[in-house]
Amino acid sequence: MPDFSRKASVSESIPTSSMADIAFLLLIFFMVTTVFVRYRVTGIVLPKAEKIEELKKRRMISYLWVSADRRIYIDDKLAELNQVSRIFYDRRVQEPRTIVSMKCDFRAPYGLVSRVLEQLREADALRVNFATDKKG
Amino acid sequence: MDVKRRQKSNPEIPTSSMADIAFLLIVFFLVTTTMNQDKGIGMQLPPAGESKKIQKKNICNIWVNESGQILINLEDEVPLSQLRANIQQRLAVNTKLIVSLKASEETPYDSFINVLDELKLAGADKISLASPEQ
Repeated sequence: MPDFSRKASVSESIPTSSMADIAFLLLIFFMVTTVFVRYRVTGIVLPKAEKIEELKKRRMISYLWVSADRRIYIDDKLAELNQVSRIFYDRRVQEPRTIVSMKCDFRAPYGLVSRVLEQLREADALRVNFATDKKG
Repeated sequence: MDVKRRQKSNPEIPTSSMADIAFLLIVFFLVTTTMNQDKGIGMQLPPAGESKKIQKKNICNIWVNESGQILINLEDEVPLSQLRANIQQRLAVNTKLIVSLKASEETPYDSFINVLDELKLAGADKISLASPEQ
């Protein structure tokens, strides 16, 4: 008759020595993928569209905001309409592939947006992206 | 003689709290991470002062007024829902078609984007943005 009296010894503790490794691995993943929001102008609600494309290269992007109360911000600083062309000309000199992300409020008048576009044309900043949210 | 006993020091680095520190940092990055990418409708503007002569038959003028109504070639008023099909038809007839989009001074940006989006969805590559009269 076989001997059943011996019990296999099972360790009851959960091994925690590798926990730190797992945590640091996740930490590195989040550190690498984290993108901080650089500029934010409050009170701007973007319009919605379907046929949109994503901008990948953040270094090349300059932000231009037009609020519903007809104010223009470049990055997050208030600017006058006639300053737009000079500011973007300087940026174009620094980064020739500059893409201007136009973040205009959906209530902003088109006339002002059009004049801003004219200023961009003068500054030779011709790559423009009309920022929108995804519809639906 | 009283010889002091040396205290034994523990040469190990305590690693039990390492996981806690790492998880704390993970939580920080999880909270601050934003996955929102910049997205929108891309356009290439023409250089300043450039004007090309285009044959009239290759141009399709689209007007958007203050209340968002759309007028094609100053004759047919088209609702936004039918604009895509209308432009697709025109593009099928003439592949060289250039769509000129003109909005008035007080047209809300939202109406302009809606029309531009429909034009892009219809497959119009050549879109010209005309500035409103002042």
